[in-house]
Amino acid sequence: MDVSTQGLTTEQITEIIDLVKKVHGFDFSDYSKASFKRRLTRVMMIKKLSFYDLKHVLLNDAVFFQNFLEEITVNVTEMFRDPSFYKALISQALPYLSTYQHIKIWSAGCSSGEEVYSLTILLNEAGLKDKSFIYGTDINTVVLKDARKGIYSFRNVKTYAENYQLCGLKGSLTDHFTVLYDAATIHNELKVNTLFSVHNLISDTIFNEFQLISCRNVFIYFETQLQEKILDLFYKSLCPHGFLCLGSKETIRSDFFKKKFKAVNQKENIYQKIGA
Amino acid sequence: MAPDKNITDRWNNSEILLLGGSAGSFKLLFQIIKILPADLNKAVIIIIHRKKNFASEIEKLFAENSRIPLFEINDKIKINKNTIYIAPANYHTLIEDDGYFALDVSEPLWYSKPSIDVTFESAAETYSDRCTAILLSGANQDGAQGLLKLRNAGSLTIVQDPNDAEMPEMPDAAIKINAADYILKANEIYELLRSC
Repeated sequence: MDVSTQGLTTEQITEIIDLVKKVHGFDFSDYSKASFKRRLTRVMMIKKLSFYDLKHVLLNDAVFFQNFLEEITVNVTEMFRDPSFYKALISQALPYLSTYQHIKIWSAGCSSGEEVYSLTILLNEAGLKDKSFIYGTDINTVVLKDARKGIYSFRNVKTYAENYQLCGLKGSLTDHFTVLYDAATIHNELKVNTLFSVHNLISDTIFNEFQLISCRNVFIYFETQLQEKILDLFYKSLCPHGFLCLGSKETIRSDFFKKKFKAVNQKENIYQKIGA
Repeated sequence: MAPDKNITDRWNNSEILLLGGSAGSFKLLFQIIKILPADLNKAVIIIIHRKKNFASEIEKLFAENSRIPLFEINDKIKINKNTIYIAPANYHTLIEDDGYFALDVSEPLWYSKPSIDVTFESAAETYSDRCTAILLSGANQDGAQGLLKLRNAGSLTIVQDPNDAEMPEMPDAAIKINAADYILKANEIYELLRSC
């Protein structure tokens, strides 16, 4: 069945959102509609499901749901994505962070862990790794398993090497990996101060206090009200003057939160919490 | 030769101008931006294949030569008339039903992010017959499927004549699947866009 040409109606999408919420407790109602529709259409094509088949498996097949979640949420990520962001982090945030006794970092929506390990490498190069701890969270347990392993295809790591170079870091990205055939495994000492766990930004709450929260290219999938709800969660999870990093095209636009965060770097969307 | 009345009317009645281009399209896009009048009364969305990580001069060059304000697309900004929007590198650009942009970092299509297909398909769903879409020179097949969706939705679809294009693959791919209402040379495209 060719779902791509037929197209899902708004009513059908609402039906799926309601079903997923009732049966599985995941609320996609404030998800960006255009993206949700595109991902849903894609799942139906890959799995060769009609609209009715999809409803059936969502209701009756628990294993399918994890798979569905993995396909609906976008898990494409890179190490050192946007080198200009990492450069700004090095020059504008690290000097400040280095004054803390402990640096706790939250990578929210970490997918398969590329950002977490990029940050670990960055902290290691700056000599701050031993007093740092990075929490990577995602709603998707499948990608978290990959994140914990820290094994990436060597081909991918080679493409991230260009990003690494542009960050101005010394040596090569591959220096931080053990390579065996096409498997590149991140060095163990870079994994020690990391923890990956499930956290749902939409329904879960504060779990620690952080000096830096990075949530890049997650807000693009959320509607504006939901973005603000999560900004509130981040605000409450940050220590005074803690940093918040959003994606390069994600800006704090709400007047309320503009007063609560100072833009440290407008172009890279690095913010700092104001007040206590 | 003056453009025929049917195409001119459809162009004048459309609310959105979509431009897709890859290798060999820069000069044409540059020329188009120069031509567009200040009182265009349409939103212009440009998807051009571009390399990530290198801050390109495209926005600056285009903005200097445009009579209309020009921006790189940011997440959840509203689509306004008399504004030119350029899709950012390393994101796909989608359009929400309420007339806002939504960005996406999912897999590249035809090795491209931004992908012309993604934006064209999204525009077809949101705006159906209210667009004019032009697919220019390029060295892969991106844009053809999206253009077909726009055509099927009733929008006006134009493809650059492959004989006139620096890289004919992209126009050819669209023509092959019958996605073009009109096949025009660069000069004919300019002439049409002037007529509004």
